[in-house]
Amino acid sequence: MMSDLTKFTLAEARDAVASKKISSLELTRAHIDAIEKARGLNAFVLETPDKALDMAKASDARIASGTAGPLEGLPLGIKDLYATEGVHMQACSHILDGFRPPYESTVTSQLWRDGAVMLGKLNMDEFAMGSSNETSYYGPVASPWLPPGWDETKGRAALKGDKKGLLVPGGSSGGSSSAVAAHLCLAATATDTGGSIRQPAAFTGTVGIKPTYGRCSRWGVAAFASSLDQAGPIARTVRDSAIMLRSMAGYDAKDSTSVNAPVPDYEKAVGASIKGKKIGIPKEYRIDGMPAEIEALWQQGIEWLRAAGAEIVDISLPHTKTALPAYYIVAPAEASSNLARYDGVRYGLRVPGKDISSMYENTRAEGFGREVRRRIMIGTYVLSAGYYDAYYVRAQKIRTLIKRDFELAYQDGIDAILTPATPSAAFGIGEKGSSDPVEMYLNDVFTVTVNMAGLPGLAVPGGLSASGLPLGLQLIGRPFEEETLFSVAEVIEQAAGRISLPQAWW
Amino acid sequence: MTTAAKPSKLIKGATGDWEIVVGMEIHAQITSHSKLFSSASTSFGGDPNSHVTLVDAAMPGMLPVINEECVKQAIRTGLGLKAKINHRSVFDRKNYFYPDLPQGYQISQFKDPIVGEGEVIVDVSASEQIIVGVERLHLEQDAGKSLHDQSPTESFVDLNRSGVALMEIVSRPDIRSAEEARAYVTKLRTILRYLGTCDGNMEEGSLRADVNVSVRRPGEPLGTRCEIKNVNSIRFIGQAVDVEARRQIAIIEDGGKIDQETRLFDPGKGETRSMRSKEEAHDYRYFPDPDLLPLEFDQAYVDELAKGLPELPDDKRARFIAEYGLPPYDAGVLVMERESADYFEAVARGRDAKMAANWVINELFGRLNKEGKTIATSPVSAQQLGTIVDLISAGTISGKLAKDLFEIVWSEGGDPNVIVEERGMKQVTDTGAIEKAVDEIIAANPEKVEQAKAKPTMLGWFVGQVMKQTGGKANPEAVNTLLKQKLGI
Amino acid sequence: MSVDQATVRRIAHLARIAVRDEEVPHLQEELNAILSFVEELSAVDVSGVEPMTSVIPMSLPLRKDEVSGHAGADVVTRNAPGAEDHFFTVPKVVE
Repeated sequence: MMSDLTKFTLAEARDAVASKKISSLELTRAHIDAIEKARGLNAFVLETPDKALDMAKASDARIASGTAGPLEGLPLGIKDLYATEGVHMQACSHILDGFRPPYESTVTSQLWRDGAVMLGKLNMDEFAMGSSNETSYYGPVASPWLPPGWDETKGRAALKGDKKGLLVPGGSSGGSSSAVAAHLCLAATATDTGGSIRQPAAFTGTVGIKPTYGRCSRWGVAAFASSLDQAGPIARTVRDSAIMLRSMAGYDAKDSTSVNAPVPDYEKAVGASIKGKKIGIPKEYRIDGMPAEIEALWQQGIEWLRAAGAEIVDISLPHTKTALPAYYIVAPAEASSNLARYDGVRYGLRVPGKDISSMYENTRAEGFGREVRRRIMIGTYVLSAGYYDAYYVRAQKIRTLIKRDFELAYQDGIDAILTPATPSAAFGIGEKGSSDPVEMYLNDVFTVTVNMAGLPGLAVPGGLSASGLPLGLQLIGRPFEEETLFSVAEVIEQAAGRISLPQAWW
Repeated sequence: MTTAAKPSKLIKGATGDWEIVVGMEIHAQITSHSKLFSSASTSFGGDPNSHVTLVDAAMPGMLPVINEECVKQAIRTGLGLKAKINHRSVFDRKNYFYPDLPQGYQISQFKDPIVGEGEVIVDVSASEQIIVGVERLHLEQDAGKSLHDQSPTESFVDLNRSGVALMEIVSRPDIRSAEEARAYVTKLRTILRYLGTCDGNMEEGSLRADVNVSVRRPGEPLGTRCEIKNVNSIRFIGQAVDVEARRQIAIIEDGGKIDQETRLFDPGKGETRSMRSKEEAHDYRYFPDPDLLPLEFDQAYVDELAKGLPELPDDKRARFIAEYGLPPYDAGVLVMERESADYFEAVARGRDAKMAANWVINELFGRLNKEGKTIATSPVSAQQLGTIVDLISAGTISGKLAKDLFEIVWSEGGDPNVIVEERGMKQVTDTGAIEKAVDEIIAANPEKVEQAKAKPTMLGWFVGQVMKQTGGKANPEAVNTLLKQKLGI
Repeated sequence: MSVDQATVRRIAHLARIAVRDEEVPHLQEELNAILSFVEELSAVDVSGVEPMTSVIPMSLPLRKDEVSGHAGADVVTRNAPGAEDHFFTVPKVVE
């Protein structure tokens, strides 16, 4: 038996629990302890230990009676964007103060159906708007990776203070990536609107997949930008993410954009040969000012795949550079409307005013943080009379062009596309975006095209930067061909060697 | 509008004639069990917030899923308005803040509605028919209800109606008077009720009208319009058009100009007033709802729905004229309600249709109106009325006694055949008995006989006497023939 | 395109977000930074291109007309900052 039960991968823990080598209760207790010791990271915004222990006991009973599910007894973290019945949910926004959803999101209900155990709610950027987890009402999350040159003492001191200088875990699913990388849970749910699964995974040396739009139900997950939002997991290995996705995915009649297609056993694709697969390398991702180590990482990835028998093909996705600006029209526009329901009437915060209009204005001014207010305003502006065609309609046309680029590549027989996941390694808390919001937006430059085209995208660690921080590679697939991504990602994971995550210093 | 103004429609102002131009947006609640995008009940009433799902309350992460029946009802209505059915339509969000709008937007159809252009043939009077163009019909969500009179400082919000399916039917500005406005809504309501797509119940708010009114000098371009919101009875629609037109004429004739604005009709005061809360410039920021996909169906889907449509009022009216030889006006009256038309046909089938129509329109409708009843609650069934018509046609009872018989059936019920038999209401056709009475009266009134010979119109007096003696039951024709014969006139 | 301070205020009101006077110049700057970032899109040739309405090629799924899922007025109003007799209460709205 492993001395530290939190060091199991999800797959290892599953096998150990299923074969009764360990109990879910032991496994869950180990994670509850780890979470308590890691409060400085601020990854969890709500711990639900009692619920976790109850669920673990129920899992052990099911294992004993031979009715275990595929995730039986495995403790997970849940991003605060997901509603879990009766458990406080705030999307890490002041405006949802005190909200207890009387409903369970479809995705989490599937996790519990399959036997998983809930450890608590994970920190995130407010309403998933951010790339560093610094916009959370609960404050920033620290990455378990120490900044270059920092020792543990300096790290611990910073955790007790304002966390400035510590590394961001990425965003918006920063609580998820931090918790998974710090071994606080076996895996976590996350969501991805422009890169919010893949960028945090890349920053923390974890694996994250945003599946094809329509693969996971959006029901019960607070909306940011409906046409871009997708649920997905962050886990420590490719296999673990495949196991998680199988439970999270599936048709839901309550979501009109959910696709009615069978969910394959993704784990079977892990380890499958990629011989003869055509991997596209899009030249447009070679952007100006890209650090040499990112370029080198990408080249290394190409070599690994070639060595595994894949055919490497140079491709062109000519509208790539339009994706980020188009995203910053489409996403805020949808958000401005999606967040109109937070009005102080039916739930959450209400700040009084002299009349109904000032009640709305005061509530929303105080309830939303700066980044959310900014995006709502941009979204309101681009939809307003006289600007709608110039901004919103044009951006949606560009979206058609971006999607067409990918379709043409796939028509030419490309099975998957390899790119860097992010233009840099993780940066420090407080380092970016304080004066110019666009500086932060550039983090999503490689990931956002995938959301705009509705495709599956996976981030897998490819190695470390010169200063010892994790760097991720991104794989982009054909619609509903997540299995190819798992097969290819496994080759990278094997070739790169499982990244060695930080030991607890916090 | 390029059509010439009809002189009869013009109204007189202090400085000359004015033409009223009216267009209407009718909000018709779709007849369905559940709401447009949620499975909550649509039934009227209910305790506050009891017909509300998490979707209707716009809880975080809730999503809309469309009700197929509402789609079908919109297509049926489009077919009933002889309108273009769009095989692809798009749902948009109309963004604004209001406490009874929980999502902060209404899901509606802006650019691509489910139904395009159509028309409504409107009978304004027995002699006048107009055609009102329909610009479009689209699907949208109703809002909840705010109560403002429960507390001095607060408004109370109930979301039971929130999300109920509405069809907004937008007319062209083809209406030229209050009378035409009333007739248009009446006809539209008739069509919706025939189709079963809206119950047309204005008291419960199932049918509401936004009335756009402007005035102009005959032949001039359209004037600035004011929109009168949420008028909820046909009578009020007429009144609102009249008072608003007169208000506008007075302003213009006074040298003023009309501000385009939203107004409210106050039936108590008989005036319209500006809605201050709506004065703020709106910018609804319509955009396609990303939670929904375009609504698409093929022609076969439409054809299948067309097959299931009932005969519509215009077709039925034409058939009544052709098949039963009814005057157009009578046919129009009978088809106003599907139940009336069905009732009439049950009475008319195999009988004298004109007589049946007379009885239904004059006796039955008259009596129903007087007593505040409807066809559905009529004490006299079609079968009973048919029997009465049979008794008249067979000469078994006279027309006069038939009205008495109708009264008895109305208030007491029963089989008219039995009533006639039991109460001795049968017409006497036995010539022997009539002859006896005739002979007796001739014998008793020799001077009248002389007068009648000189002046044949005196015959009527003799007829009256005979009828009196026979208790009204003598067959008037037989009495006439015998008298003429015996008096030698 | 760029926004002036009056537009910032108009947009904020449309979005029902109160802004203090001293926030306006800063907001103006930030919004203009974003607008200038998206400005490059005006150079893209989009003639003859349909705007995307759904990223997955499928038609709108239709639901059966069945009543279910009433949450109950207690549950509906439980999270409300203002509620009375199962109504939501808000500052009085003048029509």
